[in-house]
Amino acid sequence: MSGFALLVGRDLRIALRRRGDALNVLVFFVVAASLFALGVGPEPRLLAAMGAGVVWVAALLAAMLSLPRMFAADLADGTLEQFLLAPQPLLGVVAAKIASHWMLTGLPLTLIAPLIGLQYHLPASALGTLVVSLLIGTPVLSALGAAGAALTLGARGGGALLGLLLLPLYVPVLVFGAGAVIAVQNGLEPGAHLSLLGAFLAVSSLVGPLAALAALRIALD
Amino acid sequence: MILDWLRLAAPQAFYPVAGRMIPWFAVLAALLAAAGLYVGFFVAPTDATQGESYRIIFIHVPAAWMSMFIYVVMAFWAGTGLVLNTRLSGMMASALAPTGAMFTFLALWTGSLWGKPTWGTWWAWDARMTSELILLFLYLGFIALKGAFADPQRADRAGAVLALLGAINVPIIYFSVVWWNTLHQGASVSLTRAPSMAMTMLAGMLLMALAAWMYSIAVSLARLRRIIRARESDAEWVRLSAGK
Amino acid sequence: MPALLDVKDLACERGGVRLFAGLRFSAGAGALLRVRGPNGSGKTSLLRILAGLTQPAGGSVHWRGRERDDDYRKEMLFVGHAPGLSDELTVLENLDFALEFSGARASREKTKESLERFALQRVAHMPARFLSQGQRRRAALARLAVSGGVPLWLLDEPFAALDAEAVEQLSRLAAAHLAQGGLVVLTSHQEIPIAAPATETVVLQG
Repeated sequence: MSGFALLVGRDLRIALRRRGDALNVLVFFVVAASLFALGVGPEPRLLAAMGAGVVWVAALLAAMLSLPRMFAADLADGTLEQFLLAPQPLLGVVAAKIASHWMLTGLPLTLIAPLIGLQYHLPASALGTLVVSLLIGTPVLSALGAAGAALTLGARGGGALLGLLLLPLYVPVLVFGAGAVIAVQNGLEPGAHLSLLGAFLAVSSLVGPLAALAALRIALD
Repeated sequence: MILDWLRLAAPQAFYPVAGRMIPWFAVLAALLAAAGLYVGFFVAPTDATQGESYRIIFIHVPAAWMSMFIYVVMAFWAGTGLVLNTRLSGMMASALAPTGAMFTFLALWTGSLWGKPTWGTWWAWDARMTSELILLFLYLGFIALKGAFADPQRADRAGAVLALLGAINVPIIYFSVVWWNTLHQGASVSLTRAPSMAMTMLAGMLLMALAAWMYSIAVSLARLRRIIRARESDAEWVRLSAGK
Repeated sequence: MPALLDVKDLACERGGVRLFAGLRFSAGAGALLRVRGPNGSGKTSLLRILAGLTQPAGGSVHWRGRERDDDYRKEMLFVGHAPGLSDELTVLENLDFALEFSGARASREKTKESLERFALQRVAHMPARFLSQGQRRRAALARLAVSGGVPLWLLDEPFAALDAEAVEQLSRLAAAHLAQGGLVVLTSHQEIPIAAPATETVVLQG
């Protein structure tokens, strides 16, 4: 089995035995999204106008909450340094961590999002675009998130620091992702937004892992 | 000759050089600022649509330019320090960050002050102001990350990765904010659109920009010396040179 | 004998403090290199520099006469202070993963055998977080039994927290590895009971 598959398999197996972690992220996502509705009132048209943004922001926050776990446990028990010492391509190791993070965070969020969309009275056509935008966008959250998580390994400041670092970098995902859904709601084509999102995915798939690897090396030095 | 320049890469060697440079840049900054303010407030004509309140652009625009310029320079020095392993480069990036953040804040504040009399609101989510806001977050993130580690070397290197990551993403972020703005605001005007430029207005802004640049160098060098003293504090030469 | 590992003018700086400088030594096949020194003298840092985890402040480390590249990781293994075990995985799962991830070919029998060597066969299917300190150390070392093909072993305080039986097993493993032409670099406070023809000591002043 390739090193990539081995590492992803290991991460998934561990997550399966600590089911609580992955579920927490999902529950947070739903709770956070509900808070916005509780904050602004139940007026359907207002909620429909906000819905795309709310789902996306809640997804960002949920992804961020799960990021510290990406490397912290592995650093503590010594497995992280073993990963970087193994005769495996290092970018592949980082890519595997990103992939398993996405499978445990981004993917479940994407699957649950339509339910939130319904809560916010999004029309059916918009729901489809919501799922597609999340499918393309959540990997970006994991890729850039890996860099953020690696940079803040062992740093003081906890989750707030991670948020401060990552949220500005997440702005394009939010803009293009939510924008695609809003376009559909306004009767327009989401193609441009989704293409830009895809382009950003391509860029961050390269930049994120590179930055994460550099940061991991710095953390283990 | 090159070796002489390379020698300056050591904090100890650069410290007195920086000290000698500061007064020159400070004086230049003061002169340029005086010239720029004179042009901006006395020479440049009253604007047809915005009256006198537009004059705040002579601070707002140079501040915005500097906020972006300093970020690039900061990322450059941070990256250099990461690649070449030179301590001084990382210290320079740390020295630049607060000044960059200050200019970003100044740009936001003056933009807001301009907006109130002109457009009636303290804040509008137009592309430039929103981008400046995000740039402020990037600066604050960099400063926060640098402060989150006890080991200065780790802080420098982590900060460098972040600064480079930010530098690569800034154009993308800016583009996405412009996109977002045109999408949602449609026909509404930019809060900070400058009135059509008379040559004198441009001259005033350029003078102020140069003044801000000289000021940034002077202040950053002073901050750099403070950082050098703090980091190398157990070295003999620091005690000996106190007061130079 | 040609040197496999060649260290020249190595310097190490941690947290602004220069731990050592100008360090030079070399070791060839079959050599046991022991790093001695008081606490805080940089023994662990030296080992981590050799592993490639930590960047030296100066100097060079050459393997087989060349700068270390990506292939170096194929010929080196490092067992540090942290045992490198995932809490959620069983001892056997951890060992399987470590071996497969490092490309070692190990049959089911050999893996079982290595666990038996270190008296771990009864906890083989227990998640690592239930192990005692000593059991964790032994689990971390178990992979050595199946890593004869990896020439360079870098072991940081391998004998710490081991009982007499485990010390014996580790010594035998190391001696066998040396006899096959492998190289072992280890740090240790106490005298090491490994029967080795060529033992060198590197002393860090601290």
